[in-house]
Amino acid sequence: MGDYKAPELSEFTEIPPLQEGAMSHSHPYLAAPEHQEPLGFPGELVEDWHDKAIARFGELLKKSRALQVYLDSCVRCGACTDKCHYFLGTGDPKNMPVARQDLMRKVYRRHFTLAGKWLPWLVGAEDLTEEVLDDWYSYFHQCSQCRRCSVYCPYGIDTAEISMAARDIMDHIGKGQKYCNEIIGKVHTIGNNLGLPGPALANTLEGLEEDIEDDTGVKVRLPLDEKGAEILLVTPSADFFAEPHVDGLMGYAKVFHQAGASWTISSYASEAANFAMFIGSYEQMREVALRIRKAALDLGVKRLVFGECGHAWRVAYSFLNTLAGPWDFLDQNYPIPQHICEYTYDLIQQGKLTFDKSANDHMTLTFHDSCNVARATRMGGVPGGQFEIPRAIARAVCNNFVDMAPETIREGTYCCGGGGGLLTDDLMELRVKGAKPRMDALNQVVQNDGVTHMIAICAICKSQFSKVFPEYGFGMDRVVSLHQLVGNAIILDGQETGGNGQDETVAGAAPAETEE
Amino acid sequence: MLTAIYTAGFYAATAWLVYGLARKIIQYWRTPAPLKIPTMPAPLTTGGVVMRIVREVVLFESLFKSNKWIWLFGWMFHAALLLAMLRHLRYFIEPVWGWVVLVQPFGTYAGFAMLAGLAALWFRRIFVERIRYISGPSDHLMLVLLLAITASGLAMRYVARTDIVALKKFMLGLIRFDWQPVPADPILLVHLGLVIALMAIFPFSKLLHAPGLFFSPTRNQVDSAREKRHLAPWAAKLEAGGK
Repeated sequence: MGDYKAPELSEFTEIPPLQEGAMSHSHPYLAAPEHQEPLGFPGELVEDWHDKAIARFGELLKKSRALQVYLDSCVRCGACTDKCHYFLGTGDPKNMPVARQDLMRKVYRRHFTLAGKWLPWLVGAEDLTEEVLDDWYSYFHQCSQCRRCSVYCPYGIDTAEISMAARDIMDHIGKGQKYCNEIIGKVHTIGNNLGLPGPALANTLEGLEEDIEDDTGVKVRLPLDEKGAEILLVTPSADFFAEPHVDGLMGYAKVFHQAGASWTISSYASEAANFAMFIGSYEQMREVALRIRKAALDLGVKRLVFGECGHAWRVAYSFLNTLAGPWDFLDQNYPIPQHICEYTYDLIQQGKLTFDKSANDHMTLTFHDSCNVARATRMGGVPGGQFEIPRAIARAVCNNFVDMAPETIREGTYCCGGGGGLLTDDLMELRVKGAKPRMDALNQVVQNDGVTHMIAICAICKSQFSKVFPEYGFGMDRVVSLHQLVGNAIILDGQETGGNGQDETVAGAAPAETEE
Repeated sequence: MLTAIYTAGFYAATAWLVYGLARKIIQYWRTPAPLKIPTMPAPLTTGGVVMRIVREVVLFESLFKSNKWIWLFGWMFHAALLLAMLRHLRYFIEPVWGWVVLVQPFGTYAGFAMLAGLAALWFRRIFVERIRYISGPSDHLMLVLLLAITASGLAMRYVARTDIVALKKFMLGLIRFDWQPVPADPILLVHLGLVIALMAIFPFSKLLHAPGLFFSPTRNQVDSAREKRHLAPWAAKLEAGGK
């Protein structure tokens, strides 16, 4: 690792020539026993791993219609072959969605189909050998489960479902991924991915309150564990300290303040992210989700609002009712759960927020649709609200907004390159190369429309872009939170307006003084 | 002897096809989808989902978004196959329904469209690097099989006409369990033999994409996760036992 270069940007993302094995060296650190065992997985590769893997495979086939149908249905038409950002960025043919699926499909055929048992050579059936298992570990950790391929597949085959199943099988034989499993363990014991304990969280939130007061002269609260609050905000823990995430959190706080809402954060469920989705474990995902239910019950809240996070919104929007419902104890007049963008958008529609859009005039913005928000969730009451609502907010708070090329946004959006449990330093080469399609599209609007900043509504996207922007010659501070822009432009009651030309006091252009 | 082989072959292939497809459809039906995973934006109503599936089946909507060439050749082949099959109904029914008569002229030309579509798909499979990489022996053989069925069919229509009256007698005999001799035309025997093979392969191959599409959770689920609690039976058990 280390001796790689970011790909050259091109006007359109071109389909690269195949380079077999180009990324076969890429794999994340293996989970150690202390990361595996708390999740109920074997600490290290078990002796009878082959039989155990096939047995688990068989169980999953009975539990998941998607897995069963998708392993049967592919006709290898090739429609998906040029759709994956990791393929486009690396040229490794095993990063073509169909080829990635075939790593699992060939074992499925060998063990679970007649044709594969009798005529393995004909249908490409193979045993689960050590080499195949290594390929699984490498290439199922080169899928960010962004579902772009599923949009274009004539049968809707979703590689995310396949890679989740593969990771689940590997976890069950003791070949887990350190990054995800370590983090899930932290959520179980401490309540968030970062392992930030309650007192530290309280401290951080106090600091943010002071920052906002220094900036605006208004006392905006960021309450923690307040019983009887109406709204429980569940947000990715990166929002508590990372840049530009924290500016987004201050933006939510200002919106709640201006709406006169009573709200709170929970130290017990201080995490919106649910990395158990990435490892395909329903049981783990449910356990993490149940923390939110417990927090909502303990605090006696009436509403549930989620902060800016892509896969978290997928788990919230699509899975939370299944995993931790029914939510009959919450106020049924509001969506359960609700996205902070839906919340802010409603207030804008009702005319309850006023903005000084010029506070964002020093930027020209574009919007990166986060993969999970775009292709696995909705916002608002109509299909596609997940595309329109964030853009409507952006247009309400900034004067300069431009979209990137149509085939690279909305349902066709490219993953940032760091989703799906791959946002770890041991996969840096993959992350840099996988970002290429997004960087190409961004570069076009930078060159042609003078775009200076890109908005994201996902903690992973924000961290990933901060890291890979410099590799492509962009400043790392060129990614912003949507609610950071809202926070810049919002006019709070009693705010020191300062007079003309003083926008900067409101605008969070200067980074908040939080720990790096 | 020939008649016995083809008669038995058709019965066996039909039974095998029905058994194999039923087995798969029941399996898909019974396997729960534990989570809501429609590819968004997705319809908010069941009616909307029906329309989504209809668009996928009739127009190949997703494939159209993906790749215009694969869509063009793939759609052309499938539409022509449908016409050709409808045209073939005339060999299985007596008297022939009016609309089958109407389909007849389109059905005969459809054979050429099938041939062109299949040839173009095969060309892509061989010459487009990415598709060549993902193609295995069975992918090529499937195209060969379909091409051979189409070509032999066209040959009987345009090159060496077969005794279609005798064939219809044979087919009606199969349906009525009143067995009649199979015409001993070599091209016809090849054509029928390959069709028997196709029927036998269908439920044990990638041709399962046909029923699979209807069971694909990313396509057949309604976007209603917040409004309606979705719970798989095994997940309900987990919930009952785990709390």
